[in-house]
Amino acid sequence: MGNKQTVFTHEQLEAYQDCTFFTRKEIMRLFYRYQDLAPQLVPLDYTSYPDVKVPYELIGSMPELKDNPFRQRIAQVFSEDGDGHMTLDNFLDMFSVMSEMAPRDLKAYYAFKIYDFNNDDYICVWDLEQTVTKLTRGELSAEEVSLVCEKVLDEADGDHDGRLSLEDFQNMILRAPDFLSTFHIRI
Amino acid sequence: MSRSLAFVLNVPETPQDPEDQEPSPYDESEVHDSFHQLIREQSRWVAEEGLELQHRALGAGALGASGSDRQALLGPEGAPVYSTATLRILASMPSRTIGRSRGAIISQYYSRTVRLRRRAGRPQLRDVGRSARPSLRLYDLELDPAVLEEDEKQGLLVKELQGLTVAQRDHMLRGMPLSLAEKRCLREESRPPRGKRRARGHGLLSCCSRLRESCILASHNLGLVLLSGLQALMPWHYALKRIGGQFGSSVLSYFLFLKTLLAFNTLLLLPLLAFIVAVQAAFPPAPSGSAPAFRGLELLTGGGCFTHTVMYYGYYSNATLNQPCASPLDGGQCTPEAGGLPYNMPLAYLFTVGVAFFITCITLVYSMSRSFGESYRVGSTSGVHAITVFCSWDYKVTQKWASRLQHDNIRTQLKELLAEGQLRQRPRRACGRLQQGAVLGLVWLLCLGTTLVCSLAVYTFSELVIQSRVSAEQDGALLALPLVVCLLNLGAPYLFRVLAVLERHDSPVLEVYVAICRNLILKVVILGILCYHWLGRRVGTLKDQCWEDFVGQELYRLMVMDFIFTLLDTLLGELVWRLISEKRSQRKGKPEFDIAGNVLELIYGQTLTWLGVLFSPLLPAMQIIKLLFLFYVKKTSLMANCQAPRRPWKASHMSTVFISLLCFPSFLGAAVFLCYAIWQVKPSSICGPFRTLDTMYEAGKVWVRHLEEAGPGVSWLPWIHRYLVESAFPIYLASALLLAVIYLNIQVVKGQRKVICLLKEQLSNEGEDKIFLINKLQRVYERKERSRVGRTEEAVMPPAVFTDDWDAQ
Repeated sequence: MGNKQTVFTHEQLEAYQDCTFFTRKEIMRLFYRYQDLAPQLVPLDYTSYPDVKVPYELIGSMPELKDNPFRQRIAQVFSEDGDGHMTLDNFLDMFSVMSEMAPRDLKAYYAFKIYDFNNDDYICVWDLEQTVTKLTRGELSAEEVSLVCEKVLDEADGDHDGRLSLEDFQNMILRAPDFLSTFHIRI
Repeated sequence: MSRSLAFVLNVPETPQDPEDQEPSPYDESEVHDSFHQLIREQSRWVAEEGLELQHRALGAGALGASGSDRQALLGPEGAPVYSTATLRILASMPSRTIGRSRGAIISQYYSRTVRLRRRAGRPQLRDVGRSARPSLRLYDLELDPAVLEEDEKQGLLVKELQGLTVAQRDHMLRGMPLSLAEKRCLREESRPPRGKRRARGHGLLSCCSRLRESCILASHNLGLVLLSGLQALMPWHYALKRIGGQFGSSVLSYFLFLKTLLAFNTLLLLPLLAFIVAVQAAFPPAPSGSAPAFRGLELLTGGGCFTHTVMYYGYYSNATLNQPCASPLDGGQCTPEAGGLPYNMPLAYLFTVGVAFFITCITLVYSMSRSFGESYRVGSTSGVHAITVFCSWDYKVTQKWASRLQHDNIRTQLKELLAEGQLRQRPRRACGRLQQGAVLGLVWLLCLGTTLVCSLAVYTFSELVIQSRVSAEQDGALLALPLVVCLLNLGAPYLFRVLAVLERHDSPVLEVYVAICRNLILKVVILGILCYHWLGRRVGTLKDQCWEDFVGQELYRLMVMDFIFTLLDTLLGELVWRLISEKRSQRKGKPEFDIAGNVLELIYGQTLTWLGVLFSPLLPAMQIIKLLFLFYVKKTSLMANCQAPRRPWKASHMSTVFISLLCFPSFLGAAVFLCYAIWQVKPSSICGPFRTLDTMYEAGKVWVRHLEEAGPGVSWLPWIHRYLVESAFPIYLASALLLAVIYLNIQVVKGQRKVICLLKEQLSNEGEDKIFLINKLQRVYERKERSRVGRTEEAVMPPAVFTDDWDAQ
């Protein structure tokens, strides 16, 4: 393959290739997308591992994310400090997990994190209400929202503690064959 | 995520006064060593709890609700208050650390890699099931998982990773839910250090292992190169992305299905090209007469100057090509080629078509079973609300108006689910049900009647065409039958749609499936009649001519007409409809993209290709060209004229349904047609590779006999042929075995369902136990805290004041 690029060293590219689901070409393409977000901020030479973070506002304005109601949560989950500002590693990680090749367990793990709005490692009723509100853009009445949340807990809560743990979520995802095709961003 | 996650409830630092430490469960002297004693103590204090309830600051209701079966823990605003000791214990519960902290993830993956390595080596005594819990048995965790430091755990994981092969290590790394920087660290650390390698002895063993490693690495790199090459070959990446972004997964599944069909046709075409077409093109037979000039109508009819080319069966010779002259078996011309490889054309024709079909069959069944396995899960009937909330937002959607549509769809779906739940509680009256059943029956009757009428029309028209004895020169008139068939195929579905308005189904998915069913029945019946017309009637009437060429040309005409009518349908159905609706009123909006109808069209076209492969080996090439055109036409029309369907289907179910429809009526029917043509029908005597034989299958028998005569060394082949292929006993045996395996599998699935029910019950019981224990623990520590506070107060204040306070409460 014509290695005329000077952005990464050969070892860096290999490491990225081994640790994500992308090939070399895709990694370079992703890098240029990242760089396009903030051309002044992101250097064209990553051989010295510069510590550059693209702020969340730019990430959230990407065409793939800008109409997604969960874009803030996605950026928070994959960013280093949970604030939504992403380094190149975070960026690659995010699109690798959301790509077609990522296995179901990995996607389920990150989906759980995304829907856990208060980061308490459980999806409680409040998290569910937030999810449903964001999904319907606030067009369901409060009563309908709480009814939906109650039904979701009835169906998915295995140990009846009033909230969904990671295992409950994974068990529910196993029963949903669409999950792999919907939890997928093409880049 | 790289940061170690803070636990939810802040565990404040306890003051480390040595004489008055918090009682911890590790101190055997402080804590009762049996729950029995604990419960006895608790029952003694129950009477006093009524007084102390007033002193509880927050969350009294949450803790006291031991009677309800769901302890609903409140959100961050109203967390129940636990004492610090309880919190510490709760925080170190294994279930709280699963998958959250880095240490737990590392432990989990350590245990997984150990299992992976052990599987390669010695067998395990007990199969450790897949669970997300760190395996407590593998290393001495005791009660506190923080005993092993995170670095130690990472060291253990790295050591295990080093023991894996490169591919396994990469697979394990990619699947870990850690951040990319950490994965790179792990990868760096787990690579075999180069210095060590050189320091080893240069014995034969190390040479071999080095060679093996480099082979593995080379094949790994080759695999990556092939993958990226394949991705470059796969067309339409951005087109599919745009379609998915604007219209969602359900419309995208149509285009993905089109891509799959392209792959199937390429798979079919390659052996045919390599073994039949190319060889015959290299050794052309003597021209039988002057070829007619190209008129332009040939593109539609497939006849004329196309007749005596590699396109059709009649061109292929029945001799052994490239044979030196001195052989008594060749029946055709004798070209004195020296030193060439003799090529038995009839055998090659039969075997190549057979093998190509077999490969297609295997690929189809494999993709169908994989798709089915993905979409069917044991016990997957419930959970529709949870699935709608968590799995229905399509992350691929990128346009503002498309995401708005999704919001609307999800809101409608949720509302419908809630309404359905309420409706189920009120059963419908018997009268309404009877009425609906009558209407349903009537509509089905009308649809089946329409199908019957269409099939009769096709039958009579085909008889008419035979009786009018249209000769090969009047090519244009031969287009009449395909025209009629295509018109009926186009018109009847619209009629079905109109009739379907009368019946009102409860679920929209059922509506679509019923529509697919009706269209499918129509197409199957019409194709069946056409097959009878070709193999039953045409063979008889074209006794002295090349009927296989004729059938091949008929199929070519059908394909071309089908393509033209699909274009017309796209134009009329979508473009004109949009113009009309735009001019009339804005509220109707653009027409919806009819996924079911379009997919059935694709399946129909593919069936025609499979039917015609035997008689026209280049038909898959035509189908490939047609599919390529169709992709761009449909995409353009979709972008310009349509909107996404208002009721989105489940994408995975749809792809399963499409592949199953492709396999069962379509491929199976074509295979049956092919088998009948090969086994039962006498090939024409003036053209083609089988002209001197009684059936096409005889070519194989002739070859086996030839081998028998050739010498005793190959005697096992005729034996196999006589006892395994010709006789029916192996087929009975294989069917019986298959039925037994299917029955066993059904029993296994039933057993699995029972086990799942039991496990669910056990899980909910364990959850109740857990909450019970937490509450009891909390009460123990509260009691201890209270008694400790009481003791210090007693020490500080004079007893008189204390009793006054107590009386005042």
